Amino acid sequence: MAGTLHDQAAIVGIGETKYTKNSGVSELALASEAVRKAILDAGLQPKDIDGLTTFLLDTNDEVEVARSVGCGDLTFFSKIGYGGGAAIGIIHQAAMAVATGAAKYVVAYRALNGRSGQRYSEGVSGDIVTTDLIHWSWYMPWGLLTPASWVAMFTQRYMHDFGAKPEDLAEVAIATRDHAVNNPAAFFHKRPLTLDEYMDARWICEPLRLYDCCQETDGGCAVVITTPERAKDLAQPAALIRGVAQASGDDQEQMTSFYRPQISNIPEMELVAKQMYAMAGLGPDDIDAAIIYDAFSSIVLMQLESFGFCGPGEAKDFVKDGALRAEGGRLPTNTHGGQLSEAYIHGVNGVVEGTRLIRGTSTNQPAKNEHVLVTAGVGVPTSAMILGQQS
Amino acid sequence: MPLTPDQKKELEAKLQEFVGKPIGPPKAGRDAVNEPMIRAWCDAMGDANAAYLDPEAAKASLHEGIVAQPTMLQAWTMDGFEMHKGYDEPVNGVQRIHKLLTEHGYTSVVATNTEQGYTRYLVPGDEVTEETVIESVSEEKATALGIGYFIDTRTRYTDQNGDELGWMTFRVLKFIPAQQTAAADSGETAAAAAPARIKAPMGHDNAPWWNEVEQGKIPIQTCNQCGKLFHPPRPMCGECGAMDMGYIAASGKGTVHTFTVMHHPQFPGYDFPILAVLIDLEEGTRLMSNLLGCKPEDVHIGMAVQGSVEEGDDGMKLPVFRPVA
Repeated sequence: MAGTLHDQAAIVGIGETKYTKNSGVSELALASEAVRKAILDAGLQPKDIDGLTTFLLDTNDEVEVARSVGCGDLTFFSKIGYGGGAAIGIIHQAAMAVATGAAKYVVAYRALNGRSGQRYSEGVSGDIVTTDLIHWSWYMPWGLLTPASWVAMFTQRYMHDFGAKPEDLAEVAIATRDHAVNNPAAFFHKRPLTLDEYMDARWICEPLRLYDCCQETDGGCAVVITTPERAKDLAQPAALIRGVAQASGDDQEQMTSFYRPQISNIPEMELVAKQMYAMAGLGPDDIDAAIIYDAFSSIVLMQLESFGFCGPGEAKDFVKDGALRAEGGRLPTNTHGGQLSEAYIHGVNGVVEGTRLIRGTSTNQPAKNEHVLVTAGVGVPTSAMILGQQS
Repeated sequence: MPLTPDQKKELEAKLQEFVGKPIGPPKAGRDAVNEPMIRAWCDAMGDANAAYLDPEAAKASLHEGIVAQPTMLQAWTMDGFEMHKGYDEPVNGVQRIHKLLTEHGYTSVVATNTEQGYTRYLVPGDEVTEETVIESVSEEKATALGIGYFIDTRTRYTDQNGDELGWMTFRVLKFIPAQQTAAADSGETAAAAAPARIKAPMGHDNAPWWNEVEQGKIPIQTCNQCGKLFHPPRPMCGECGAMDMGYIAASGKGTVHTFTVMHHPQFPGYDFPILAVLIDLEEGTRLMSNLLGCKPEDVHIGMAVQGSVEEGDDGMKLPVFRPVA
């Protein structure tokens, strides 16, 4: 058996629903649609699928999806915790499953009525008592109930430590929006964002303004994963998983790792990067484009540093000359419009876009697409991968 | 001070004088129906319908061009924030009723329901005029919120040709807050009615910390074996493996490590904007808290602060911090 996941699995099918603010259907309907589309895109049939993996937060259990889509027998199923941190964690699960022979074809999926159903922006509450709630209780009495409030604390310190300015956060939001303008699937299709509009938008939690915060979306995404050998017989060019890793950092909390000596970096993402690059035999200079998890604009800057595209605190300089832009940028980033401007499907729409970048079918397709980085949620135990082309 | 039966009778007679009359002359909207306002509304509502936003798609639709979101009806003629001034210096009938009731102790107001009807879609260029009539003022009613009067208005919207565009009914309750009514009788029930901040649920690993707070201390968990300090508390010392944990009281001296000024969304029971601060305590641990007695623009990283346990209006005791003078 292979001792590494390097080149042991590939994404061979992608599927997504429409992204809306009110789907009018169940989350299971969204999941089923996305999963089926991914299976058919790969040139497979539902009965070929023997593995399913999703987020712990997803309300669509594997057995429900299997019954709905008609997958039949499953020999692998799993769920990954920690919110958006699972975005590549599910790919990691699927890669392990196909590499070890636990399953032949695994679908990784995520579907949610994130706007018309439970809205994450509305925050945690004291209504449901769980062990996890004790963790949130160190923040709730003082009013820190929302993802924006937790991320604002890190962002403030990051800007203080490194001198990043609102204009630097704005560049992330505006570059991303410019990509969405060209993407018919994006919420902000044809609606560009100016610096004035960005600056004039209301405060959410200082220093985060409205357009520093991602969408809330109803929708679903799925991808099919199998071995590179099987991939050769399928309908689409494969996106080979060159390296993939998960990590939880020392003194990790879920979204509130406030007690580390330094809180203006992302240690768990640095640990992901280290493992992933080592597995792939690649480094930041080899990455041609990136899908960088953008629940908030500031965490894109921080991840550019975690993944070594620039030194600590230097992301503000890195992005200045249009590095993130599809047209001529050093690192075309979030070419679909990201979660800020396309849709918030917990990072899995980024997996779909990463696969499109490798296939050469993005609506903002950059010329170079040999290697694409895709990252998962920030502030939680997380994950990332490098996709590459199959020779 | 409750009104005497005669005072109440006099008040109600005055209220009934408004019924059936327009609140004032018809009012024209400041701007004609226009696409920027339509787009802003759609953004705010999260409505992505192409009929409101995409000229090409709208042209191809049965509308044959951009139309306004029907529920915007009220927006075209609505006063902006200036409206609030009218409650001190009334400029229309509704405001006169409100002022009259406020002067008689019915100080609070809540909108209870509204309905709209749409006669046709509004298109860019339409000029909207509204005329509002006070339909009724109820008898005095006892509600969960308190005792008060329901005021019903009906607004008719017309276009530049005087043709109807739609209508809206609007009902508000102008009332003496129940809390205030109860306060006169019993102080206890009054406090229970106010929204409170979310309390920490109590588990094995955090209840002892909150018990210390009840004693007026800012607690820091410590390992009784090796003395290492921890926050948040945990069942085991990660340093020596002991499960014998206790608490010391922090001095409350600290500095701001980072902060946020929280504006949105706003939760009941909290005073917005909230100044949330992460404090480096001099003992070496950090604590999330609120900064009081400080303007949002004055808080900064490195600021010296002093913490203490304070009891809020909602009866919750919390460690909070204030700037060191």
